[in-house]
Amino acid sequence: MIVADKKPVEEIIGYLKDHKSILILGCNECVTVCEAGGQKEVQVLASALRMNALKENKEVKIEELTLERQCDHEYLEELRDVIDQYDAVVSLACGVGVQFTAEQYPSTMVYPGVNTCFMGATEKRGLWTERCQGCGQCILATTGSICPVARCAKRLFNGPCGGSTAGKCEINAETDCAWQLIVDRLKTLDHLDQYEKLCPIKDWSTDRAGGPRKVVREDVQQ
Amino acid sequence: MSVKTPSKLEKILSEGHLAVTSECGPPRGSDPEAITKKAELIKDHVDAINITDNQTSVTRLCSLAACIRLKLMGLEPVLQMVTRDRNRIALQSDILGAASFDIHNILCLSGDHQSFGDCAQGQNVHDLDSMQLIQTVRHMRDEGQFLGGDEIKRPPRMFVGAAANPFADPFEIRVPRLAKKIAAGVEFVQTQCIYNLDKFEAWMQGVRDRGLHEKVYILAGLTPMKNVGMARYMKKRVPGMDVPDEIVDRLAGTPKEKQAEEGIKICIESIQRLKQVEGVAGFHIMAIEWEEKVPQIVESAGLYPRPKVD
Repeated sequence: MIVADKKPVEEIIGYLKDHKSILILGCNECVTVCEAGGQKEVQVLASALRMNALKENKEVKIEELTLERQCDHEYLEELRDVIDQYDAVVSLACGVGVQFTAEQYPSTMVYPGVNTCFMGATEKRGLWTERCQGCGQCILATTGSICPVARCAKRLFNGPCGGSTAGKCEINAETDCAWQLIVDRLKTLDHLDQYEKLCPIKDWSTDRAGGPRKVVREDVQQ
Repeated sequence: MSVKTPSKLEKILSEGHLAVTSECGPPRGSDPEAITKKAELIKDHVDAINITDNQTSVTRLCSLAACIRLKLMGLEPVLQMVTRDRNRIALQSDILGAASFDIHNILCLSGDHQSFGDCAQGQNVHDLDSMQLIQTVRHMRDEGQFLGGDEIKRPPRMFVGAAANPFADPFEIRVPRLAKKIAAGVEFVQTQCIYNLDKFEAWMQGVRDRGLHEKVYILAGLTPMKNVGMARYMKKRVPGMDVPDEIVDRLAGTPKEKQAEEGIKICIESIQRLKQVEGVAGFHIMAIEWEEKVPQIVESAGLYPRPKVD
């Protein structure tokens, strides 16, 4: 899933200082799972903004809504009849949702309410970690299903570097060395011979280096 | 191993001499004397001088310009090049720039992570990794082609090196990792600073078991300790460094004013012992901001005078 983290409330208050009617818009997908932008977080942010308005003696309308998704036209249509009541939307969806909402409602200001971080997984409640950077050319078949692009601080295809110490990365002792994990797993799978195969120079044109990407599937288009 | 480039370092190694290299870190400013003065201190005692490339990710005068300074002095530079800061366009371009000054040695590295340096908020590139940079230089030299396939007019003629760290984890792939660098085309390696000689010798045993010492020249890396504080710092804070307690204890047991001398002594003793290790083809003496001690180390270790080659 896409993992996001909350933005500091002060930052959001800063965006909203000139607005009088605000919709806090949650998303029921990834950001709900990572507890950054679901219905619960919408309520918490709306309360904080109302309290701030009270403190500053300002009259501001703050309302709440959480859509099933913000990355689909179908769900964003639910806003069509109400959007004119607001002069700003704070979207607690990922950066995709913020942009898709803004594209649908060009005359309404849409602000981001979270920092979109990465594609990752829930290790446990309150701990999400990165697994994929969407490089567009998956090499997991050769690296014991552990991605050096997403998990090595230097994205080395032929690691580990000389900084790997006791299973940890040189950047800090909390970060696992991806190549230690790869070697351990190849060993478990009895495939350590795979380690000595040189990984060729990467074609990054399928990564963000190639410009904004799209996936076109004519077979499923209507 | 037959000679493939005009590199003096390659010639010395191919003739079976124990080579001696050292390094100079460029300054954090543009004063050329900061390089030439360091080089003057060591030039008669080493065969080639590495110029580091923004080591520990701290921004400095560039490695290529400093190497050109050495060339202008008639010395033999080893251009260190990290993949952290430049993509394949810039790397190939700088290789050609170096070749235009007849710089004949290159050391291919991935580089320390930028979080250690003065631009911790910067992006890193890592378009290639160190092994792929080795392949790139070999491709440019041997095929006379850019990575994109176009012909290079007057290709680079560089002796291709890399680093090897026998002490980083996981230890079991440290020999396979060298084999991989050899497969990528590396011709010489300079190792991480050796303090744990037993572990280094165990690594060398693994290297010899696979006959790798006959496919690559291995220069043993050494850095003299200035005092016990430096030993403790390297033990605790420098990733991939293995400083045994006995080194720390030996320096701690030496009066403060004699610790520098003791550090030099440890370094010389290490060289004496490593000279006996089959497969060690030379020494890379990294006297960090202590270049003036290199001549003493080289002489006391019985590595002086340096051989003359054409």
